[in-house]
Amino acid sequence: MSIRISKEACVGCLACTRVCPGSLIKEKDGKAVIKYPRDCWGCASCVKACRFGAIDFYLGADMGGNGTVMNVSAEGAVLLWKITRPGGAVRIIEVNGKNSNKY
Amino acid sequence: MSIRLKREVLTADVLIIGGGTAGCFAALTLSENSELKVIIAEKAGIRRSGCLAAGVNAINAYITEGQTAEDYVDYAMKDAAGIAREDLLLSAARRFNKVTADLERLGLVILKDEKGNYVTRGKRNIKINGENIKPILADAVLQAPNVTVLEHVTITDLLIDNNEVKGAVGFHMEEHIAYEIQAPAVIVSTGGAAGLYKPNNPGFSRHKMWYPPFNTGAGYAMGMKAGAEMTSFEMRFIALRCKDTIAPTGTIAQGVRAKQVNSKGEVYEEKYGITTSERVYGTVRENHLGNGPCYLHTEGIDKGTEEDLLKAYLNMAPSQTLKWLQNDRTPGKEDVEIAGTEPYIVGGHTASGYWINTNRETTVKGLYAAGDVAGGCPQKYVTGALAEGEIAALDIIKKGRGVEITDQTSFVADEKIREYESILNSTEAFFSAEELEEAMQKVMDEYAGGISTNYQFNEKQLMLGEEKIVEITELTKDLNASDMHELMFVYELKERLIVCRSVIAHLGFRKETRWHSFQENLDFPGPDEKYRKFVNSTLKDGTFILKLRDIGKEIRYEHTDF
Ligand SMILES: Cc1cc2nc3c(=O)[nH]c(=O)nc-3n(C[C@H](O)[C@H](O)[C@H](O)COP(=O)(O)OP(=O)(O)OC[C@H]3O[C@@H](n4cnc5c(N)ncnc54)[C@H](O)[C@@H]3O)c2cc1C
Ligand code: SF4
Ligand code: SF4
Repeated sequence: MSIRISKEACVGCLACTRVCPGSLIKEKDGKAVIKYPRDCWGCASCVKACRFGAIDFYLGADMGGNGTVMNVSAEGAVLLWKITRPGGAVRIIEVNGKNSNKY
Repeated sequence: MSIRLKREVLTADVLIIGGGTAGCFAALTLSENSELKVIIAEKAGIRRSGCLAAGVNAINAYITEGQTAEDYVDYAMKDAAGIAREDLLLSAARRFNKVTADLERLGLVILKDEKGNYVTRGKRNIKINGENIKPILADAVLQAPNVTVLEHVTITDLLIDNNEVKGAVGFHMEEHIAYEIQAPAVIVSTGGAAGLYKPNNPGFSRHKMWYPPFNTGAGYAMGMKAGAEMTSFEMRFIALRCKDTIAPTGTIAQGVRAKQVNSKGEVYEEKYGITTSERVYGTVRENHLGNGPCYLHTEGIDKGTEEDLLKAYLNMAPSQTLKWLQNDRTPGKEDVEIAGTEPYIVGGHTASGYWINTNRETTVKGLYAAGDVAGGCPQKYVTGALAEGEIAALDIIKKGRGVEITDQTSFVADEKIREYESILNSTEAFFSAEELEEAMQKVMDEYAGGISTNYQFNEKQLMLGEEKIVEITELTKDLNASDMHELMFVYELKERLIVCRSVIAHLGFRKETRWHSFQENLDFPGPDEKYRKFVNSTLKDGTFILKLRDIGKEIRYEHTDF
C-alpha cells in the first residue's frame, strides 16, 4: 500500500505534508515527496488534501495490486473518486458527504 | 559539529498527550466548561491523526431505542468473558448518546428515518457518514478558546515527582526543538499499540494494517515507566478483517448480514460461538482443519447494495474499494475473503490499558487516561473514547487543581533531552531501529502467539520470547538517528519493546485460557474460575510485578492498596 506523487502535477503547496498521520511526506526542492513509502497506512488523507490531483494511491504488489491507481477530488461536499486501470480505463464514483452510509 | 536541541519550556493547566478522538474531546470539554489553559501535544497533524484518519463506518457503541446502558454493560461483560469493569462500562455507556448528539451538532452526518430517528444497525450501532469525523473534531479544537495545539510534537516521557504528575517531555519531529511541558494535570490519550507483532503484510505493505501503525503504545510505555498500574495486557485484540487490505468487516457482516462461510460454502460462525474472540477463533480453526480460505458470503447481493458497499468503504477504508474495482471482482460477484490480523493492544476493543478509577484518573496523581490507552472498559470505540475524554476533563475542572509551575527546566527533563541529543550525535550503531523492529515482531510472532502459531503459545515459548525481547532491548542502547524523524523511530521502537515485555508477562501470568485466540495458553487450554480476575502489573526497577485483582459489582476500585 502506498502513494505516488507526480512531480509535474505537484505545485508544492505542502497541504499533504500537514495531514499525513505518519508525517511521511516531506518537502524537497519545493515539491512533496513520500520519504517512507513502505510506512504508508493507506488512509488516503494526503490524496484528499491535494487539490491538484498530484497524488495517486495504489495497492502494493504484495496486496494483489495490479497498477490500478485511485485519486479523489472534491466538489463542495461531493467527493469524486477516480479509479484508473493500467490500460487507461477510468471509473468515477461520486460520494456525497451529506449522505450517510446505508450500511 | 554536534547537534544541540533548542529547549522550550511551556506551561499549562492541562496537558493532553495525543490529539486523537479522546484528546480532542477532552480539550473541547475543558474549553467549554472552564478557563483552564490547555496544551495538546500531537505527534502528527491533528486534522487526520490517529484511528479516525480514513474515517469510520458506524457509531459502534450507542444505546438504541429499547436498550439501556445496563444492557450494554451486560453485553460487554459477556463478550469479555467477565474480565471488564462494570463501573467504567456504565459511566461510558451513559454518555454514548450525549457525545453522539455533540458530534452531530459539530457536523457529523447520521442516517435518519422519515420520523427523524437515527437508523440503527443491530442493537448497538447507528449508521453515519464517518469520512470526515476527524476533521470535524479537529476544526472545533482549533477554534476552541484557551487551547493550544502543538503539531508534530511527540512525547516520550512523563515528568513525575513522588507519584504525582508534573508534565511531560518530548521533541519536534522536524525541527531541532525539545519540549518540556509543565502541567499539574495530564490526560494521556495516545491510543493503543500496533506493530508489536509481525503483520499480515510483512513486506512492502507492512503498514497496511488495521490499527494505525503510528499509534505505537507510547502512552502505555510512559505510564509503565512512571510506575502506573496497568491491566489486562494479556487480553490482546485480534481483528477479523478483509484479507490484504485489512479493512473492517462490520459493514458487510452487520450491514448486509453476510455470514462467515468456509471454502466449502458451509456457514461456520455459530459452530464456534459469536463473541468477538470466538469469531476469530472459528476462522483460525476452519483454516487449520483444511477448510480455508474463509469468506463473508456476499455473492449474489444486488447491484444497488453492491454500489452502496463500494461507497461505504470509500468513506472509511478506500483500499478495499480499490481492491474490488481494480479487476472487477466486486462483492456481488465474489465472496470477500477474510483473515485474522496480527494481535494489537487496544483498550477501545479489549480491556488493556491504564488501571483507572471511574473519573479516569490513573494510579499516578493528576494523570488521567482516556480512549484506547485506558483499560478495563472494552468495546467502547469512538463514543467511549469521547465519553472518557469528557469524564476526565470534567474531573479535572471539578478538582480545580492550582497551577504550581516553575518555568525552570527540571533535572529529569534535562536528562531526557541530553539522551535525545546523544542519540542524534551517536554514529556507533550496528543495527538500525528498523532492523530491530523486524526482529522484535518476529520474536512476538513466533514465541508470543502471533499469526504463524495460530495465536497460540506455551510457557516455554513465552520464556524464550521474554529473553529475546530483553536482548533486543539491550541493542537499542546503541541506536542512532540522523534526523528528528529517525529519533522518533528510535523512541517508537523502545516503547513497543516495553509493551511487548508487558504482554509476555501478562500472557504468562494468566494460567488458563480465558479467550480463544486473544490469550490461548496451550499449557492451560481451558478456563479456570480462579482466574476470573484482572491481571494487573506495575513496572518496578525494570521488572514487571504482577498481581490478580478481584472483579465484581460490590468492589470499589480504588487505588489505595497497591
Ligand atoms: C481503522 C479503524 C476503524 C474503526 N472504526 C470504528 C467504527 O466504525 N466505529 C467505532 O465506533 N469505532 C471504530 N474504531 C475504534 C475507534 O476509532 C477508536 O477506539 C477510537 O477512535 C480511539 O480513540 P483514541 O483517542 O484512544 O485514539 P486516537 O484517535 O488514535 O488518538 C491517538 C492520538 O495520539 C497521537 N499520539 C500517539 N502517540 C503519541 C505521542 N507519543 N505523542 C503525541 N501524540 C501521540 C496519535 O497521533 C493520535 O492522534 C475504529 C478504529 C480503527 C483503527
Ligand atoms: S498537496 Fe498536492 S500539490 Fe500540494 S504539495 Fe502535496 S502533492 Fe504537491
Ligand atoms: S495515504 Fe495516509 S499514511 Fe499514506 S502517505 Fe497518504 S496520508 Fe500518509
